Amino acid sequence: MAVEGKTIDALSQFELTPVLGAVGRSIGFSQSNMHMLVAGLLIVALLMVGMRARAVVPGRLQASAETIYEFVQNLVVGQVGEEGKRFFPFVFTLFMFVLFGNMLGLLPYAFTYTSHIAVTFGLAFIVFVLITVVALARHGMHFFSYFFPQGAPLWLAPIIIPVEVVSYLSRPVSLSIRLFANMVAGHVMLKVFATFVVLLGGLGVIGPFVAALPLAVNIALVGFEVLVAFLQAYVFAILTSIYLHDAVHLH
Amino acid sequence: MAEDNGFEKRLKQARARQGLDPAQKTRGGLPSGSTWGVGFRAGVEVVSALIVGVALGVILDRWLGTWPWLFLVFFVVGSVAGVLNVYRLFTPRSGADRTRR
Repeated sequence: MAVEGKTIDALSQFELTPVLGAVGRSIGFSQSNMHMLVAGLLIVALLMVGMRARAVVPGRLQASAETIYEFVQNLVVGQVGEEGKRFFPFVFTLFMFVLFGNMLGLLPYAFTYTSHIAVTFGLAFIVFVLITVVALARHGMHFFSYFFPQGAPLWLAPIIIPVEVVSYLSRPVSLSIRLFANMVAGHVMLKVFATFVVLLGGLGVIGPFVAALPLAVNIALVGFEVLVAFLQAYVFAILTSIYLHDAVHLH
Repeated sequence: MAEDNGFEKRLKQARARQGLDPAQKTRGGLPSGSTWGVGFRAGVEVVSALIVGVALGVILDRWLGTWPWLFLVFFVVGSVAGVLNVYRLFTPRSGADRTRR
C-alpha cells in the first residue's frame, strides 16, 4: 500500500474504509469507529479487570489502573483546585480516550482516530461547550467580564474585547489542531521512512545495507512517537483542566 | 486528618515564602519540552487565532454584506489574539493555589 509505482504515498493511511462488511457499509461504520470502540472496551477492561482484585498490595493491572487514576486526579485537583473533583470523571474519560487512541494507532495495521481533525475538534468542542456552560452557570452575566481585564482604560474596550473574544474562541481550535497535527506528522514520518526502507532495499547488492539507515531512523521514531502519544494526551488533559480553572475562578 | 492537611498547606506556604521550593514554579504548568515543541505550540496558537479571526470576519461579512472590510478588521484582530495567546503561553502560570490577581 505504501509503495505504488515507486512513489511515496504517506497519506492513504488516513483514509476511512468501512468495516464489518455490508452492515458497516450501509451505516458508514469505518475502521476509525471500530478503533474507538476497541479503545473504549480496553479502557473499561483495564479499570474493571484491574480493580477486581482490590488487593492491598496491587498486582500489575491494578497498579497501572491506580497509577493512571491518581495521575489524572492529581492533575485535575492541582490545576482546578478542590472544586475540580467534580470534573475529574470528564477529564479522566478524555485523557484515556485520547491516550488509547494515540497508543493503539502505533500498533501495526491499526488506525489512529486522533489523526482526524473531525475527531479532535469534536472532543475540543465538547470541552469548549463545557467550560462556557460552567462559567456561565457559576458566574452568570459576570462571566462576560472575562473579556475585559480590570484596570484597563475604557477607551481600549473596542480593541481589547474583540481580541479577547477571538482568543477565547481560538481555544478549541488550537486544542484540536495541536493533537491532530502531532499525530498526522508522526505517522507521515513513519510511513515516509518505512517507504525509504522498501525503496532502498531494492537497490541490488548494497540495498540491504543502505536500507538499514532509514530502518534505524524508524526504530528511533517509534520510540519518539510513544512519547508524543502520551505527551499529547497529557497536554490535552492539562489544557482542559486549565480552561476549567479559568471557568471556575475567572482569571 | 483536616489538621494534617492544614499543616501541609502552611508548610508549603512557608517553604514558598522562603524560596525553598524551586519546583513550585513549574508544577502544574505545561511540560516544557524541546525548543521544537515550544515553537510548534506557539505556531499552533497563532494559526488557530488567525483561523478564528478570519472565519469570524468572513461570516460577519457574508451576513452584513460588507465584504471585505470586516474580514480585514478581524484579520488584524486575529493576529493580535495570536500574539496574545503566545504571550499567555510564556507567562508563568502556577496551579489553582495562586493568589495574584
